[in-house]
Amino acid sequence: MKIDSTFDVTDESPMGEARWVGAISRPAAPRRHIPLAWGSVAAGFPSPAEEYLEKPLDLNDYVAPRPEATYFVRVSGDSMIGAGIHHDDILVVDRSQSPRPGNVVIALVDGEFTVKRLTRTEDGLALSPENPEYSVIHLTPETEFEVWGVVRHVVHKV
Amino acid sequence: MKSYALIDCNNFYASCERAFRPELRDTPIVVLSNNDGCIIARSAEAKALGVGMGTPYFKCKGQLERLGVEVFSSNYALYGDLSARVMRVIGRFAPAVEIYSIDEAFADLSGIQGGATQFARRLRATVEAWTGIPVSIGIGPTKTLAKLANRFAKKQPRCRGVFDLTDSPAPDLVLKWTEINDIWGIGRRHAKRLRKEGITNALAFRDLKREWVKKKMTVTGLHTLLELRGLPCFDFAQGPVPKKTIVSSRSFGQPVTQRDHMLEATAQYATRAAEKLRKQNSVASHVLVYLETNRFRTMERQYNNTASMPLAVSTAHSPTIIKAALSGMKRIYREGYSYKKCGVMLSGLEPVNGRWLSLLDLPPDAHDRNAPIMEAVDLCNRRWGRDTVKFAASGLGNGPWKMRREMRSPRYTTVWEELMEVKAD
Repeated sequence: MKIDSTFDVTDESPMGEARWVGAISRPAAPRRHIPLAWGSVAAGFPSPAEEYLEKPLDLNDYVAPRPEATYFVRVSGDSMIGAGIHHDDILVVDRSQSPRPGNVVIALVDGEFTVKRLTRTEDGLALSPENPEYSVIHLTPETEFEVWGVVRHVVHKV
Repeated sequence: MKSYALIDCNNFYASCERAFRPELRDTPIVVLSNNDGCIIARSAEAKALGVGMGTPYFKCKGQLERLGVEVFSSNYALYGDLSARVMRVIGRFAPAVEIYSIDEAFADLSGIQGGATQFARRLRATVEAWTGIPVSIGIGPTKTLAKLANRFAKKQPRCRGVFDLTDSPAPDLVLKWTEINDIWGIGRRHAKRLRKEGITNALAFRDLKREWVKKKMTVTGLHTLLELRGLPCFDFAQGPVPKKTIVSSRSFGQPVTQRDHMLEATAQYATRAAEKLRKQNSVASHVLVYLETNRFRTMERQYNNTASMPLAVSTAHSPTIIKAALSGMKRIYREGYSYKKCGVMLSGLEPVNGRWLSLLDLPPDAHDRNAPIMEAVDLCNRRWGRDTVKFAASGLGNGPWKMRREMRSPRYTTVWEELMEVKAD
């Protein structure tokens, strides 16, 4: 996804993209799934509510509510230690979310994937590390850069 | 009026290779068949360089190097997973979807709010953002016209990937620009005959007399004719079968609500698909299963899903295919729904050739007779290690199970050890 500073929603924005400012535009997508925790169910149909109570918790539901847009990647390096991201950790990346300042993102800079926090500085957007030993990448209109996905969770072995 | 869309992934295998390697965006890419035999997929750039489909790799290796083409061994684990993701995104937003092949789906966009074109533009952007796979979408009043519109969307850069025939100022012109052999469901044989008669494009075909077409091309041809005239004859799961894919699916007579019944149906469809595969002397590299509830019963909870299972070795061996289909089905089956349909799709088809006979690829009737032998072989190999006993037909060199796939990309989405690496430095 390309980032421009306006974040307008056009005909060609992905479904369910939030505007940078203003209202959230949602597609006229049908509700795919209406959880009937209580209430009426179609006659002769077993109530699914009981199942909800008995189904063991599945970590996937928590970290990847949109599995088709969720990817796992492995970290190499320690520039994001301050965000709790260590060398060799696994990141849960969501490609369905539009990136905003404050998000930790997987960005493509000069043909390489890098994990940084997208920040707003006085000179515009930047990719900031969370470790004082590394430097900030300021994004100018000339920078070849793209956000590949937004990092939602870290899987870290203790 | 009905409005069908055909969503088709652009150069699917090549696009999959790019999804995790964006730096290859403009690099020509080819993908090789199992065992690095021949070229089975090309990116647009590779096509433009004149790299031929089906060319044996050893013949064009030098040429590809000179041209700077990136070569990949096939990676069905990756293609299958990305295919399932693309289908799920489409299924999330479109009211009704029919998976047509590993890289194509039909959707029924009749009466969608804000118009089909607008919806298709946003769907295309969503699929690309979420999966990295670029798609082209064609829209028409029938499936045949949607397919035709899709070709146009792909070929004409100014369409920007979406073309709506129902919204076109000159639909006849589009038909005129479509060659007779590019019409969905008109095979090579019929196309040749029609050419002889001077009918070279879809427009000329559309304006033929019904009786004539029916006489020469049976009712199937007539259906194609009517579809081109905008009269839907093929509903979902009807119409010409996709090339390079074998599908076996059916709607259940009774809604299925039990896991065991679903697994039984899946095994049955997988068996049938494997039989079809052997009949045409092919092997498959990939199995895809899907299930869905009845979308017309709006009172009931809806659920549909797809699972993708790569096969370690291309095969036409029923048990292997059944096993793969069942494990996929077990993964996506959820209790508490009333299912209408399930299906099994085989893709990555390749002809069986002498060099690459699958170990257990026997005609169905030979299976029973050989079953005890098979069991003994399997037992030996389990006890004393793989390949202790094997068939000479499968080659005594490097071992048939160690396929040559030296140039395979990582299985980014299906193997923990092969995740994409991101730099934090």
